[in-house]
Amino acid sequence: MADEKTASDVRNVDELVKGLWRDNPVFIAVLGLCPALAVTNSLENALVMGLATTFVLVGSSTLVSLLRKGIPKQVRISIYIIIIASFVTTVDFLLAAFAPTAHKAMGAFIALIVVNCLILGRQEAFASKHSVVPAMADAAGMSGGFTLALAMIGAVREILGSGTLLGFSLFGESFEPWVIMILPPGGFLTLGLLLVIFAWVKKRFEERQPGGLGATEPAAAKGGVA
Amino acid sequence: MARDAPRLRIKTAPYVHTGLSTRRLMFEVVASLAPVVLCAAWYFGVSAVLVVAAATAGAVGTEWVFMDKSDGHLLGKHSLGTLRDGSALLTGVLLGLTLPPAIPLWMAFLGGFVAISLGKVIWGGLGQNLFNPALVGRAFLQAAFPITLTTWVPPGASFWDLRSGTFAAPLMNAVDGVTSATPLGLAKFEQQITPIRALLSGDTAGSLGETSGALLLICAVYLGVRKVFDWRLPLATILSVALFSGALHLIDAEIYPSPLFMLCSGGFLFGTVFMVTDPVTSPITPRGEWIFGLGVGLLVVLIRLFGGLAEGVMYAILLMNSVTPLINRVTQPRKFGG
Repeated sequence: MADEKTASDVRNVDELVKGLWRDNPVFIAVLGLCPALAVTNSLENALVMGLATTFVLVGSSTLVSLLRKGIPKQVRISIYIIIIASFVTTVDFLLAAFAPTAHKAMGAFIALIVVNCLILGRQEAFASKHSVVPAMADAAGMSGGFTLALAMIGAVREILGSGTLLGFSLFGESFEPWVIMILPPGGFLTLGLLLVIFAWVKKRFEERQPGGLGATEPAAAKGGVA
Repeated sequence: MARDAPRLRIKTAPYVHTGLSTRRLMFEVVASLAPVVLCAAWYFGVSAVLVVAAATAGAVGTEWVFMDKSDGHLLGKHSLGTLRDGSALLTGVLLGLTLPPAIPLWMAFLGGFVAISLGKVIWGGLGQNLFNPALVGRAFLQAAFPITLTTWVPPGASFWDLRSGTFAAPLMNAVDGVTSATPLGLAKFEQQITPIRALLSGDTAGSLGETSGALLLICAVYLGVRKVFDWRLPLATILSVALFSGALHLIDAEIYPSPLFMLCSGGFLFGTVFMVTDPVTSPITPRGEWIFGLGVGLLVVLIRLFGGLAEGVMYAILLMNSVTPLINRVTQPRKFGG
């Protein structure tokens, strides 16, 4: 009995951690690129978007997991979208009420969280098939990984594009801002560069331990789905 | 008793080689750029040499980092990998010569890195790239640092006077005290036409390599005679600019400058001689070459006379680069008997 409990705890922790690195939604699965490119011209915007997405994803995964036995299969997508849209509306109004500047900076992108494929993807692939605790762990891990990725892109773009981090000046007066970095091309360039670095680090890691992580990874992924 | 191996060797076509290898072509162009670098040094001082050196270091260093070193020996000719073909060297020198004299060295180095990494390596190396690598580097710098890339200094300071921005620390910049407008800037925003003699000799403000029209024409003749490039490309481009700007000049000589001014000013001759003729990014069929040159010329005239920028050679060439595969496809000669 005690052993069983530990095993399920380990699995929940694994669901939580996998989103951060192994199945990172942006860097590995390359999902949710629209917000990852559009609102990451500063670290602050990236964090606001990440936290808003976290709220929506954790909320809707929990609700979908709770309701998964009652949702008819034929109309499940519409129901997921209604659930997601309710949380998006909530976070939209919350931001408008408590952080109007950030809300204004985000423009339409808060409302567009509803079409973020990462969120619908987690409902369809995970929350609708698992009980509440693993579903919440999965949602928290995925949105953590998403926020982490957005924060990395946002930090690089803000440091190079404005010479600041969270609004604090880093380099002083004579800094020459890289204008391109706060414009849309900077988003593509930064994301591409980070994807290259992540792929390279992953390859190096797998080469270092033959039969280690590289070999166990597919097995672990299979176990997670089964 | 063993017989000698038969001496008859069987080989498929082609049997005749012109002797023009990639390596020879690249170094021929680099050699023709040497006088241009000297001319830049004469007008803009030691900063010019340093900027070209920094851009070259960035390009060559990036090529070295990304090249395939798996079958290389530590010593010997294979250790240089793809550096041996000289294309990275050429890209670096070309990029350096398109930059303004007062640019900080770290920016020139960054431009060299972007030119090779985003302009060439990411496409699969030399011959695979869609856009001219040196212009990709310059376009990145222009998008990242629009003010620095359009700040010009007058020529003719003492040779050893460094521009104040040259040794700016990475990520930093220092504004040069004396600035000046290029002939195209003067023509567009202040309606002043620089005399053709100054444009030919190179005694004007501008990017390092672009100012001396006469020297660039000599380079063009040298490269054309040596058959390093196909004469159709530069000729089509020059005729196109002459045609379109000439027509506009005839319509209203007050507003539109003369075709001779259009041909000799800005980066037009430099771009036409060294970038339009890039064998990788320009069409390979003769008809395609005429179309390419015509398009570059039209875009140059449109951007310069009707656009918001004073100079448009870089974007004109990059835009035509993007349609080169299409031009190649529609101008395929018909198969014999087909």
